[in-house]
Amino acid sequence: MRVKYVLNEVLVGLWRNVTMSIAMIITMSVSLFALGASVLMYMQVDQMKDFYYGEIQVSIFLREDVTEAQRNAINQAIDTNPLVKDKTYETRAEAFKRFQVMWQDSPDFINSVGPDSLPESFRVKLKDPEQYKAFADQIQGQQGIQDIVDQRELLNKVFDIFNTIQLGSLIGAVFMAGAALLLVGNTIQVAAYSKRREVAVMKLVGASNWFIQAPFVLEAVVAGLIGSIFAFIALFLIKVVLLDGRLQALTNVLTPIPDGNVWLMLPLLAAAGAGVSAITGWITLRFYLRV
Amino acid sequence: MIQLENVTKTYPKASRPSLDNVSVGIEKGEFVFFIGPSGSGKSTIIKLLLHEVSPSAGRVMVNAKDVTTMRSWKIPHFRRSIGCVFQDFRLLPNRTAYENVAFALEVIGKTKAVARRVVPEVLELVGLGGKEHRYPHELSGGEQQRVAVARAFVNRPLILLADEPTGNLDPDTSIEIMRLLDRINRTGTTVVMVTHDSNIVNQMRRRVIEIESGRIVRDQARGVYG
Repeated sequence: MRVKYVLNEVLVGLWRNVTMSIAMIITMSVSLFALGASVLMYMQVDQMKDFYYGEIQVSIFLREDVTEAQRNAINQAIDTNPLVKDKTYETRAEAFKRFQVMWQDSPDFINSVGPDSLPESFRVKLKDPEQYKAFADQIQGQQGIQDIVDQRELLNKVFDIFNTIQLGSLIGAVFMAGAALLLVGNTIQVAAYSKRREVAVMKLVGASNWFIQAPFVLEAVVAGLIGSIFAFIALFLIKVVLLDGRLQALTNVLTPIPDGNVWLMLPLLAAAGAGVSAITGWITLRFYLRV
Repeated sequence: MIQLENVTKTYPKASRPSLDNVSVGIEKGEFVFFIGPSGSGKSTIIKLLLHEVSPSAGRVMVNAKDVTTMRSWKIPHFRRSIGCVFQDFRLLPNRTAYENVAFALEVIGKTKAVARRVVPEVLELVGLGGKEHRYPHELSGGEQQRVAVARAFVNRPLILLADEPTGNLDPDTSIEIMRLLDRINRTGTTVVMVTHDSNIVNQMRRRVIEIESGRIVRDQARGVYG
């Protein structure tokens, strides 16, 4: 009986103040969407780091006038270095071949570069890509090296962009959550005011506090849950329609987002939406429904 | 049953206390009038007994429980042993007489089946048999107050508090309500009534406690108003 009473009160409450309820649900879903997007992006960057850091190499380009002895010395220095996992050597001819394949769509550009204009190089994979600095310092002293390039630095620039977007969406989520909280608080105040006679009688005859407050708090929680479902649907649609559809080329570069991660957002957003609403509702009522 | 021990109540921003060092005891089954001019502090006693306000000093005992030190989560359960009626009835306008009384039972966790058994009984007792399904606006003032009394009494409280229950009623209707309260008192319920209706006090010839400027100036076993 009591459960039925409380549920009925919740539905009646949401309907009685339907414009406020809709406003509450919309702000909730926008805020939770931004939160979900931010978390997904965070997981994505993590996953991409794992993937790309496993692939990256340090390239040691040799000078054009490098001698046989210098090359051997460098080779030996790399082989004996404990930081190195494995190493390949690329001759000028091989470098040019790769260059030809890479730019095969622009024959003019290829023709302007002679087979001798690309340097020979060692391509080194480190056991721990973070150790680049130490490795570079140890090899730098060798004669005949023109340049040492770490691909990690290039990747870091890309990741910095992702991190900025993710942070931006998190800040957006926080501001929207602030607006959602104020709306929840206001909606509950209005609801409590419109039911003030009932509340006064309930207090008078000794209804327990949870019984008086539960319908109001649950009203906010239900709105939060509905908002989280909308936010999840939006995330899912964007993933299916944009990332798996039109922008697939982009996703191939960025490593695809696993469906599991998107599904994970449903319980996460639901918990965030319901939890935030419940806490706000409860705090509001502590000020407006004193015994 | 009710014990006030050196109770002082000063509201914030008030220049003088509403109750000033008041001590009074009320036994089980008594019928007591608190009388006095407006602002004398008599309504504050009702608020103290319901624990709507806490005393600034002193102790309030109800049903052998110290209300003053009661934890706030225990107050709702405590209030179930006290019924209360007011000058303005405080009925829910969108509910019938039956629903108003049943509401008081349902919100403290009684089932609908209990309400179906108990509510018609108590409405019959207050003389509203046959008018269960009228809304408050379809009832006279006296009948509305009867609904309020039924709601206060449906849970068979040990104490019935009445804050100027006849304040909005004409003399004849007032006497009917007093007969009803008297009948409830005869079932063993302690009745505490705050009023400044001299006719009623003079007719009932019950214990009268007069309060003036927050102090008890008279306590008479079978008193009259003035």
